[in-house]
Amino acid sequence: MEAQIKVKRFNPENDSESFFQDYSIDVTEDSTILDGLIKIREEIDGTLALRCSCRASICGSCSMKVNGSAKLVCKTRIKEVSPEGEPVTVEPMGNFPVIKDLVTDMDLFWSKVKSVDPYVKTNFEPEAEHIASNESMTHLLGVMNCIMCGACVSECTALEVDPAFTGPAALAKAYRFVADPRDEDKKSRLGKLNENTGVWDCSRCLACVEVCPKDVAPMERIVKMRDLAIEEGYTNTSGYRHTESFSDSIKKHGRLDETRLALESTGLLNISGLIDLAVIGIKSLFKGKIPPPLPHKPKEADKVTSIARRLDSQETEE
Amino acid sequence: MSKHDLLIIGAGLAGLRAAVEGVRQGLNVAVITKVHPVRSHSNAAQGGINAALTDRGDDWRDHALATIKGSDYLADQDAVEVMCREAGEAIIELENMGVIFSRDDDGKLGTRAFGGQKKARTYFVGAITGSALLHVLYEQSVKYNLHIYEEWFVTKLIKQDGKIAGAIAFDIKTGQMELITAKAVVLATGGAGRVFEPSTNALICTGDGLSLAMQVGAPVMDTEMIQYHPTTLAGNGILLSEAARGDGAYLINSEGERFMEKYAPDYMELASRDVVSRAEQTEIDEGRGVDGCVYLDLRHLGKKFIEERLGYLQEVALEFRGIDLSESPIPIKPGMHYIMGGIKTDLNGATNIPGLYAAGECANVSVHGANRLGANSLLDTIVFGRRAAVNSVDYIKSSNGIEVDERELSKEKSRIQNILDRPKGMRSSELRNKMGSTMTKGIGVWRDKNSISEAITKMKDLRGQLPNVYIENKGKVFNTDLVSYLELEFMVDVAESICQGADIRLESRGAHFRTDMKTRNDADWLKHTLVQFEGEELNTTTSDVTITDWQPTERVY
Repeated sequence: MEAQIKVKRFNPENDSESFFQDYSIDVTEDSTILDGLIKIREEIDGTLALRCSCRASICGSCSMKVNGSAKLVCKTRIKEVSPEGEPVTVEPMGNFPVIKDLVTDMDLFWSKVKSVDPYVKTNFEPEAEHIASNESMTHLLGVMNCIMCGACVSECTALEVDPAFTGPAALAKAYRFVADPRDEDKKSRLGKLNENTGVWDCSRCLACVEVCPKDVAPMERIVKMRDLAIEEGYTNTSGYRHTESFSDSIKKHGRLDETRLALESTGLLNISGLIDLAVIGIKSLFKGKIPPPLPHKPKEADKVTSIARRLDSQETEE
Repeated sequence: MSKHDLLIIGAGLAGLRAAVEGVRQGLNVAVITKVHPVRSHSNAAQGGINAALTDRGDDWRDHALATIKGSDYLADQDAVEVMCREAGEAIIELENMGVIFSRDDDGKLGTRAFGGQKKARTYFVGAITGSALLHVLYEQSVKYNLHIYEEWFVTKLIKQDGKIAGAIAFDIKTGQMELITAKAVVLATGGAGRVFEPSTNALICTGDGLSLAMQVGAPVMDTEMIQYHPTTLAGNGILLSEAARGDGAYLINSEGERFMEKYAPDYMELASRDVVSRAEQTEIDEGRGVDGCVYLDLRHLGKKFIEERLGYLQEVALEFRGIDLSESPIPIKPGMHYIMGGIKTDLNGATNIPGLYAAGECANVSVHGANRLGANSLLDTIVFGRRAAVNSVDYIKSSNGIEVDERELSKEKSRIQNILDRPKGMRSSELRNKMGSTMTKGIGVWRDKNSISEAITKMKDLRGQLPNVYIENKGKVFNTDLVSYLELEFMVDVAESICQGADIRLESRGAHFRTDMKTRNDADWLKHTLVQFEGEELNTTTSDVTITDWQPTERVY
């Protein structure tokens, strides 16, 4: 069958900006997008740059945007994304600078991975192996499956607005140590992850969970680390105050009190934070986006509050 | 010009293990790798890593005997002893570094069975053992703040006054070429599977280290010993781990028969890989296959078991073939997987060139002989990667370093520029594809005088055509067109050495099965084959196999 592939090209040596180039190639039912790109590179256009190696979804080299969403192209069949022979668009990952064509610069990605002290820290070396339950190891297998392909980072909506955010890949890596029964540095790890750019910066949009080709579910690991940080007593964060204010507001009023949420998340003693907030407030006011200072009471608010309370008591029982 | 004590080429398990050891020994270490370390092909090892842990009643001598029998008595037994004795310590060290090995109910490390061994001594992480080890060694490299030249391509080793003095390499991201001097170099460049097509190997497995070593005068040994893995996907050659059979999967033919009963009644599906691959090929050749394949059947293992212990296999089956292993058998066939042969080293990884060491798949110590046991390759990388670094220390300390002639760099720069300046000709992929099919046809599961001779003639012809290849991409940034061509140059050396080894070994042993000489000939061929450049020509010789305690006997599974 014939496949139409639109590839986003950029060569820093010649181009001032990127452009799309169309290729038409002959492929089989089983051909993957990687097979297609290699065919282009080897038979049509030797200047096309891409990273690839294992062809079997284990090395993590070939994450790219396919029709707008990050995938490992080695395990994505052309037929799957183009059942009727529609053109397939292939672009470099998002949230990464481009080196050339489909090759991205991953330096910042790796430095974020390094920032979480990505190695097991133990205070003693046992004579034999550490004793650990198979369940704990199988649980870690879920994150150890991560091949550092960058697909989650490519799609991360929080990183898009805040490039300093540690990001889903590095945080999932951090979870691998926080949840490792052998690691003896859990508390200080959580303390560090709790700081700005850490676990509270995730916007919980689920994009990383959706695109991860290895089911690592970075967002779920991030949320779990928030819980663990709170358990360890790290509560002096806007993230923690945000969750508290959020649930208080629902329990009390059956709705979200946005003004209070903003104030309480910032912290009522956090003067510089409050000044920043005031600036945002004024800007919002001029754009007509400011919520009413006193919340209206929605119809059947008591039903919402009773659900919230019931959820709360169930959580305590657990 | 950058200067290091120890330069390690390759950042897979052997390279990273060597590097960590070098740093621990206080050396100025650098690793150079053409891909980011975690992209290395050690990733693809699925099933596990062998060790006889004595505290649970196992004996390293049993592991050694299984390895030697598996090698069809071609392994050097002193080397096998070293590997099997050090295995226990290596596994425990990996666990201490943070590898999440599967556990038994008592919380200690658990095992699975693997081919060619009666005792289950394979330690594992699901079906991603290689990946889990590689990522942990990368973690260690971060811990030790290792200096890594990431995405740099080595084009040449520098030998001066008969000793290794460094390498010339370019940064793939910028095209910038540099002379990197080092008192010692460890080659840890992995396998050469891309010499064949298809192969289970990653696209980066182009035998760079074998050729780099040959170019400075080191011999390669037993390169004819090419492992065909029994369970690979038809077409693209992707691997399905032996772990499936280790955990109880069956091999069946078109008649639904567990055919291994005829070939290896005692070990069944867990006979050595060469034995199983030949059995499959016989079934296929005699008409009991389907479209050139037989089946791997996991249905009786159940979905939960498959997903927990063999998750990656299920992923591959689903993604690449749309097959749920708990519901249907999957078609598989023997596929080129591993090269037992490699750069000849002593027990410490040293080659015949002072300052040049090799470890892992590119090296041949030799522990795998004519057929490697599953789960011995990871062990090989860890044990001999460490040993190479340890044993380079004395050499490095006694060396003052060599002043490298800077003209070496300009000479290499103009060699590369001349390649880039070639007029329009053929693409490197065209030659590479020809080489792949030539080698698969000539040096297959079966081979004979004719097939080998034909491969030799064709490879000579292919070498002659190398100067006709042109590089379409003239740029400096991420020029994979150039990289592919330089890899092809390396592969041609490796392919020719494989053909030469196969040509002179006049017997069948392990993976080298000649249909014109079907039996093992210990009287004449308990020997290693050696292939070495003498000027422009490849010369062949042989050397004796080291036998310690285990005399060769008939090999029955």
